[in-house]
Amino acid sequence: MPAQAAQAAQALADRLRPLLDPGAVLTDRQQLRTYECDGLAQFRVTPALVVFPRTTEQGQAVVRACIEEGVPYVARGSGTGLSGGALPHADGVLIVTAQMRAIHEVDVANQRAVVDPGVINLHVTRAATPHGYYYAPDPSSQQVCSIGGNVAENSGGAHCLKYGFTVNHVTGCEVVTPDGEIVQMGGKAVDPPGYDLLGAFVGSEGTLGITTRVTLRLLRLPETVQTLLAGFASTDHAGAAVSAIIGAGVVPAAVEMMDALAIEAAEAAVACGYPAEAGAVLIVELDGPAAEVEHTFAAVQQHCRDHGAFEIRVAADAAERALFWKGRKSAFAAVGRISPDYIVQDGVIPRTALPEVLRRIAALSGERGVRVANVFHAGDGNLHPLVLFDDAVEGQGEQAEEVSGAILDLCIEYGGSITGEHGVGSDKAKYMPRMFTDDDLDTMQMLRCAFDPAGLSNPGKIFPTPRLCGEVPGRRKEAHPLTRAGQADAF
Amino acid sequence: MPSETALVDGVRAGSVLRPPGQDGVAAALRAAARDRLTVVATGARTKLDWGCPPSRVDLLVDLSAMDSVIEHVAGDLVVRVQPGVRLSDLAAALAPAGQRLAVDEVVPGSTVGGVVSTALAGPSRLLYGTIRDLLIGITVVRADGVVTRSGGKVVKNVAGYDLGKLYAGAFGTLGVITEAIFRLHPLPEAAEWVSADLADEAAAGAAVAAVLDSQVMASALEISRPSPEGPITVTVLLEGVAPGVRARSATVSALLGQGAVSGDQAPAWWARLPGPVTLKLTAEIAAVPGLLRRLAQAAARADVAPDLRGSAGVGVLFAGLPAHTHPAAAGRFVVAARAHCRDAGGAAVLLRAPATVRATVDAWGPVAGLALMRRVKDELDPDHRMAPGRFVGGI
Repeated sequence: MPAQAAQAAQALADRLRPLLDPGAVLTDRQQLRTYECDGLAQFRVTPALVVFPRTTEQGQAVVRACIEEGVPYVARGSGTGLSGGALPHADGVLIVTAQMRAIHEVDVANQRAVVDPGVINLHVTRAATPHGYYYAPDPSSQQVCSIGGNVAENSGGAHCLKYGFTVNHVTGCEVVTPDGEIVQMGGKAVDPPGYDLLGAFVGSEGTLGITTRVTLRLLRLPETVQTLLAGFASTDHAGAAVSAIIGAGVVPAAVEMMDALAIEAAEAAVACGYPAEAGAVLIVELDGPAAEVEHTFAAVQQHCRDHGAFEIRVAADAAERALFWKGRKSAFAAVGRISPDYIVQDGVIPRTALPEVLRRIAALSGERGVRVANVFHAGDGNLHPLVLFDDAVEGQGEQAEEVSGAILDLCIEYGGSITGEHGVGSDKAKYMPRMFTDDDLDTMQMLRCAFDPAGLSNPGKIFPTPRLCGEVPGRRKEAHPLTRAGQADAF
Repeated sequence: MPSETALVDGVRAGSVLRPPGQDGVAAALRAAARDRLTVVATGARTKLDWGCPPSRVDLLVDLSAMDSVIEHVAGDLVVRVQPGVRLSDLAAALAPAGQRLAVDEVVPGSTVGGVVSTALAGPSRLLYGTIRDLLIGITVVRADGVVTRSGGKVVKNVAGYDLGKLYAGAFGTLGVITEAIFRLHPLPEAAEWVSADLADEAAAGAAVAAVLDSQVMASALEISRPSPEGPITVTVLLEGVAPGVRARSATVSALLGQGAVSGDQAPAWWARLPGPVTLKLTAEIAAVPGLLRRLAQAAARADVAPDLRGSAGVGVLFAGLPAHTHPAAAGRFVVAARAHCRDAGGAAVLLRAPATVRATVDAWGPVAGLALMRRVKDELDPDHRMAPGRFVGGI
């Protein structure tokens, strides 16, 4: 860090200490390094300062101080994000919400929970379950990821095929906006008059502000859950079974697929007992009223058999269901058992293009000699190809990166998306122009300018090139006044 | 052109243009930007008198010629449409594949663009959410005539800001929608409505709470109270496979109590707005019974006779006042209803009313985050030329 920036950071630390709890400001280099990356460890930046606000007012005080000093800031929940969305800024403040973890209310009558941003996703469901309710979005990291992070990334999970994403389950956010104000977007009631700021805020990856309190929808627990694990000879067969299920008008709670390499990894890691000889396994879960599920589940099993399932296991109880899911939910980490390094992708394709895209990924993998394990949400076409490599071998990292990029190109070619649930973050900002035109990105950044004209809230994420607010597109003649004043960088 | 088609809620449009496609809209908006013309877009004209009247309409962009279903990929449960497609025509186009866009046609004749722009939702929002939840991609011509897109053709997609959320319910104040992409749902094999008439707010509230707290997974949970002190009808819609619906219907009948009746036809008031003067009232779900009671009292005091109905299961009601209601009385009722909704955690908006009523009361009421909304407007439409004055706070 340049001396001037270091001095600014020290001044800011001195200013913030009296405003926050004892020990809530970290300046020690070793401690700061603990926060240099989130779940995407390829990107590492040591922040100038780390702070832990405990209340909304403390969060606001931090943001206001950052604004006054012209210092960028980044919010971080549990740091489990997979796109580098919480990657710190070298001259900036990392605002960690881990000390804000109260569940303020489980309001059963209104089907809402009011929670702090640092509350762990699964803890919401745990608090609601005794009342017969749960919080639907369930990212694989739900045991550790925070609600604030979920809001920032609009997290999905295996069950979003039927139940939707975080944005469909948040009815209110208290937000410290990048002008240092506290704005209440929505609440327990739905449809607040005016623009749907909340809808735009959820999924904005921390670039429009920091949420300090979240109101969540709680759903009634389903009467019945039925889960099956089916083994197929190939992903083509399994894919055909999925098409048949969807084509029959069934909306499963989840449909997950893993290919042979992913099965091998999961087996090595957690001994989930998947059919060893399978070229693909499907997990299909139905939930809802017993009378509906019973009828539909029989039909789903028939579709699997009709498309070549050689083995179908039905979970007899919650323990067996958990075992089916264990293999799937631990798949990313499990790949570590069969490869020293790997890149997780998150591209999306129209579901009907699945067989074709999988064949092309296989061809790509063969051509480049890079192994790719496939784990995906088969119901909605969200692929999670795991590109395997050994960083110790010269050139393998670059090769894996190339294959990974080629897979994203495939997703775009088939009309899909570069990210289904992990977010753009630092990782995929460079791919945004492949999916959107300059005009599209410019329009998105107009929203950003409305919220954060100085570009201090999580700069450098989502957009490959920042739009300096107030400029006329295509007529940039001189540096923006903020750049000249050293208050903004052209990232 | 008949002169009434140039009227927007009593304001005469300087000119009317009916572009054949997106390029025509973009050209018109570029020209409008050059000449600093104000622009209002319309589809089937069914909700042009909602919100506040625009302060000025130099150019009315009639999107009724852009009425194609561009692409329906049944296997992906996705449809891409032009804004002028009527919901009924879209439903007819999707039905042969056994699919639907799960929004109710609350205002007959509505187009997709109008429903998105007003974020109008009906009973099925309980299970399927509103149009903003079903909209996965959108193309909008900005005030400066630039064509921009956000979202895409896949349901799961978090690349970039989801501007569709912002355009939905913006009453055309941020641009003109030229294309929309929606996720679809399968048409259910069977549907059944279970209804019961309950004597008062407490009984209706208890029935609503019982259904919400059950595991029947209703598609909709509505109430109707055509006269303020009268009985309240609670109606539950169940959809699914035939044997499942039969079993769930029996469960719901038991929850609603004696006198519950079921059938495969919706009640006459289902998914229709009361009116012609129409208010939208929101509240926390559990506050609905109390709100009903206070609305009855407010109606008596203001000497009006509201017809109340709506999605009690999500906390959204609509109140309709008869055409002959005295404007001052209607205004008093809006003010009282607004206070009661605020106490119930919600808000009251006057969706549709004659100018005489609107003269007595602010249609939109207080709005949280208005300063931020103005900044959003300033960025996307810096000259304030898109539907000026129709939206909250004069936006």
